[in-house]
Amino acid sequence: MCVTLHLACTRREKAPLPPNDQLVIFAASSLRDAFNDLSTEFKQSHQNLEITLNFAGSQELRMQVEHGASFDVFASADMLQMDALAKTAFVDNPAIFARNEPVIVVSKAHASSVHGIDDLPFADRLILGASDVPIGRYTSKILDNVSRKQSVDFRGRVEARVVSRELNVRQVMAKVVLGEVDAAIVYRTDTVHAVDNVLMYAIPSDVNVIAEYPIATATHAPHVQLARDWVTFVLSMKGRSTLKRHGFRTDAITLRAEPP
Amino acid sequence: MRRVTNSLVRYIAIACAGTLVLILTLPLVGLLHSLTGESFIAALHAPLVLPALKLSAMTTGLSLGIVVTLGTPLSWLLARSHGRLTRVVETLVSLPVVVPPAVAGVAMLLAFGRHGLLSGILYPKGWSISFTTGAVVLAEVFVSAPFFVQAATHAFRQIDENLLHVGRTLGASPLRIVTQITLPLAAPGLVAGAAMSWARSLGEFGATMLFAGNLPGKTQTLPLAIYTALESDTRVAQALSLLLLGFALLVFLVIRTTHVSPALGRGE
Repeated sequence: MCVTLHLACTRREKAPLPPNDQLVIFAASSLRDAFNDLSTEFKQSHQNLEITLNFAGSQELRMQVEHGASFDVFASADMLQMDALAKTAFVDNPAIFARNEPVIVVSKAHASSVHGIDDLPFADRLILGASDVPIGRYTSKILDNVSRKQSVDFRGRVEARVVSRELNVRQVMAKVVLGEVDAAIVYRTDTVHAVDNVLMYAIPSDVNVIAEYPIATATHAPHVQLARDWVTFVLSMKGRSTLKRHGFRTDAITLRAEPP
Repeated sequence: MRRVTNSLVRYIAIACAGTLVLILTLPLVGLLHSLTGESFIAALHAPLVLPALKLSAMTTGLSLGIVVTLGTPLSWLLARSHGRLTRVVETLVSLPVVVPPAVAGVAMLLAFGRHGLLSGILYPKGWSISFTTGAVVLAEVFVSAPFFVQAATHAFRQIDENLLHVGRTLGASPLRIVTQITLPLAAPGLVAGAAMSWARSLGEFGATMLFAGNLPGKTQTLPLAIYTALESDTRVAQALSLLLLGFALLVFLVIRTTHVSPALGRGE
């Protein structure tokens, strides 16, 4: 018994099976930690699977797809980029799989005067997402909402403090963690792993804009079945609980029926 | 038989050479792909173009000024002395040529950033040059200065000692020797070095992105504008790229017409 086990073990060590399946997933920057975990979990039920995760701003991923990048699944941080790819038939059947809440983060490196959205115009330095990046567009909408509510040019006053427009939300977050800027608007999920470096303040729900994350398989996915399995997994109870652990909201998301 | 081998070698060489020439030139031709004069002009009217153009002109002008002003004396000193310290300094100031731009960006952030080495020393706590137009200039100086210093040092070394000696024996003042003998003789090398240096700072991207950020009108230079535009409107990125290519060709012409150019292997 012992001997056979031992033999089996050594044999496995000597000749590890090369991964014969591949899955290429393009995902919004804010999904980085959640999707890394999801891919580990997914691989437990799919032996010999190699998953390549490409994280970037959703608009950049869309650009890569439009310029011929090969992928199986696309997960975006807003509907706009997904709709654009659906319209040009790069992806099939997008479905919302998660929601995310924009919040204000403040660097702990400085005694900042920012304790909420109303303080943003008084910050020394702010950093925001570029206007094409999902977080940048959500931010503009939020600032416009405040402007309308207070009937002042709140957005203009905030933008006067901005020192950079970054091309994905993780770059925004990095500058807050480094203490290069006082505050920024990022997603709640981005703060989960940075509690040592930043303080988080919620944005009042009457002005906030909740981010919606759609996921879809590529129309010409090189690994169609695996791609569908991945989407089903992300939408499953197990997938949801992982997403929840990383700060995403998954309530009011309908489970998708198993693809035929 | 020998003739056959010879011509075979020749064909292989031509095939290799042709492949490389295609790899090097096709992308440049690609910039013209499906671009008409009209769409080029239209793309250049995109809102991010003019501020980026102005900012690039301003910052590269400033950084060139700084590089030439500080780099000429440094190069002259490096060319004059041969001690171990000189060699160390020469190596150190050449290093940015091989340092990856992203590394330069992180390094500058950690040196000149809000919590970098110099915070609390060089400037008051809480303020810093990072994420300002000054940071763009500083990044450009960092990456481009070595090109000027290398070319200028080479040019100063080429000057015949005897000419300076003759000048001195004829009673010329040190200032006169510098302005009337040294600088005119080194001028072609200095101009070529300045042109290379300017081209490098015009194309600077990585360090700027990390250290200065990406804010239209303040820190978004032409290369950053290209990167940003590509994600919304490819045509704008294409037109801007063509524009930058035009500038690069201009620099190339300047270097080709000035004779001393160690960087391009045309040193005398």
